[in-house]
Amino acid sequence: MRLNKIILSFVSALVILFSTSVASFAKVVGDKIILGAAISLTGKYSSNGVHTQNGYNMAVDRINSMGGVKVGGKTYKFDIIYYDDESNPKRAAQLAERLISQDGVEFMLGPYSSGLTKAIAPVTEKYGVPMVEANGASRSLFTKGYKYLFAVLAPANLYLDVAIETAVELNGGKPVKIAQAFEQDAFSQDVRLGILDAAERTGSKIIIDDKLPKELNDMAATLVKVKQMKPDVLVVSGHTKGALTAIRQIAEMKVDVPMLAMTHCDAAKLSKQHGKNSQYALCASQWHKSLTYKDDFFKDGMTYAADFEKEFGYDPPYQSAESSAALLVFKDAFERANSFDQKKVRDALAATNMQTFYGNIKFAPGGQNVDKPMVLFQVMCDASGSCENKVVAPLKWASAKLIHPIPKWSDR
Amino acid sequence: MDFLVFQYPMITVQACLDGILLGVLFALIAYGMALQWGVMNIINIAQGDLVILGGYIAYFMYLYGIHPAWGVIVAPVIMYFVGIAIYKLVINKVVDRDLFISILATFGISILFMQLMNFAFGADVVLANSGYGTTMLFDSNVVLPNSKIFSAFISILFAVCLVIYMKKSKLGRAIRATAQNARAAKILGVDTEKVYAATFGINAALCGVAGALISITFTIHPYMGLPYTIRSFMIVIVAGLGNLPGVAMSGMGLGVFEEFADYILGTEFRIGSVFLLLVLILVYRRFKLSRKREYLK
Repeated sequence: MRLNKIILSFVSALVILFSTSVASFAKVVGDKIILGAAISLTGKYSSNGVHTQNGYNMAVDRINSMGGVKVGGKTYKFDIIYYDDESNPKRAAQLAERLISQDGVEFMLGPYSSGLTKAIAPVTEKYGVPMVEANGASRSLFTKGYKYLFAVLAPANLYLDVAIETAVELNGGKPVKIAQAFEQDAFSQDVRLGILDAAERTGSKIIIDDKLPKELNDMAATLVKVKQMKPDVLVVSGHTKGALTAIRQIAEMKVDVPMLAMTHCDAAKLSKQHGKNSQYALCASQWHKSLTYKDDFFKDGMTYAADFEKEFGYDPPYQSAESSAALLVFKDAFERANSFDQKKVRDALAATNMQTFYGNIKFAPGGQNVDKPMVLFQVMCDASGSCENKVVAPLKWASAKLIHPIPKWSDR
Repeated sequence: MDFLVFQYPMITVQACLDGILLGVLFALIAYGMALQWGVMNIINIAQGDLVILGGYIAYFMYLYGIHPAWGVIVAPVIMYFVGIAIYKLVINKVVDRDLFISILATFGISILFMQLMNFAFGADVVLANSGYGTTMLFDSNVVLPNSKIFSAFISILFAVCLVIYMKKSKLGRAIRATAQNARAAKILGVDTEKVYAATFGINAALCGVAGALISITFTIHPYMGLPYTIRSFMIVIVAGLGNLPGVAMSGMGLGVFEEFADYILGTEFRIGSVFLLLVLILVYRRFKLSRKREYLK
């Protein structure tokens, strides 16, 4: 009996010792480079969290099956430790601590959304852990002087200023009247700042400037103002609920506006949920599958989309594409650094200058990607009512011509 | 400050109509809350989540090709049983305890419902399209989506039916008796346990109707319940318990007030101004009450 107890405690002590010693070697174990990520698998960001995770997993499988990462003459494979942050910034920060100090992770991938990235960035910065993130676009992420944060996507203030410039151009270079409605959250307010800049640059006037509440599901008041004041452009940003609410109420209230520009159209599945009512809406997007960027792993956007669909059963939203791109950036940086030293990898990341299927990637000192313009697509429907997103700006990538002004509801 | 209301007079008409149509819908939810608050002395924090669950019922009907308007019949039936189940599992254990415990219990139910809905239906924002079109008034300067008119009409219909039911039916009389004095009702042979269960069921059914209407007029997602709880709470506070015409009036009044606050102060102050109004009304009521007390002394 007593002997049993002694053996038992000895074994459990061994187990504890073993498990901790494994954890402390977790950064690069054998031939594996272990990355850490806190992802929203439950809670309000869970659908986009899953898109992000699918994007990461797709790239890990692809890179591993195509030879892995070559560092110091040896081949390594990627592996990711995921934790569920429950869409909660506090939890995300805790999990980042845990990944770094308990699991010994030395390189991180970003979570979903600007808010959660903001919560994690101070932690990774404190430990000097390089983080490549693909889903935090808020401008404030890039003005804090973070040295270890790299974002493959364009910052939020660039989302819709293309739309304003296009509107001015179509107006013969003359300033336009802008109506805007933005949700009161970090991301949408950054988009708003971008519009303010663009308005000032072009001399345009903002005649309606509404801030929508977080639980927005009714913007009739804004639309009534639009109806009365007749602006040239209406800009709306409020995540998926903003996009869905705007389209529903614009159609119901028959609001005529020459140009309607929004964010989050493909996440909201606009054309699926609203069909023909969503026609002519202009949407800002980080990526579209018809863009002709290329790389060795996914070939191009079309191939990526087809492979993704085969694996996960749906068309990849840009959230997945940019997440896949983050892994390509890491691989490239490891190989150029030819080391797992965090400082060297960080410097290699800062010197990144590459093309992926998702777009060109080159980081500004603040960490944002400055080499990839946003694209605008327009929802276009055919007579049978099936709708498609076609890229209309910038002109270099356009696969269709922008329809402007939007036909009046009475003529549709 | 914006003075659009004065520059464009049609906005005034639009704001009034929008506010009334919206307020009627809120009043329906508040009506359910007032009912069970009055009868059981329970403030149901999960009210808004029951609404959203009702909305999902209509949404799934829409997904399977049934017109979502039928949701206003199907959702209350399902929600009635959901309400009874919640009563049997949780509420009957807190019904005689103090208010704080019931608030905690329903707060727990609210969180549970949010997470379960998120788990079952996903976090996406969804809506059901009714395809009802639009009514144009005053040379198309005032527009009213027919879905809003429909939902206001259905809300009034259900409210009226419920008032009649409360007056005429046996259960309705039992509910009113229990609300007035539960002990006396019990002595006179009313099965108060049954009355409580039925009241909670009816409240959930009303939430189901409202939810179906919201999925037709606005959007739903699992975390959108709380604003509906807060609004109905406020409407009940303003109207006072057991004051059904008051609930309807304060619902519409709040709706109109919200719309005007939006045009005059700006959208960002919309919800804030409603809270300010609540504070003012509570202060005013207290003031009036304290004078009354002095008078009695």
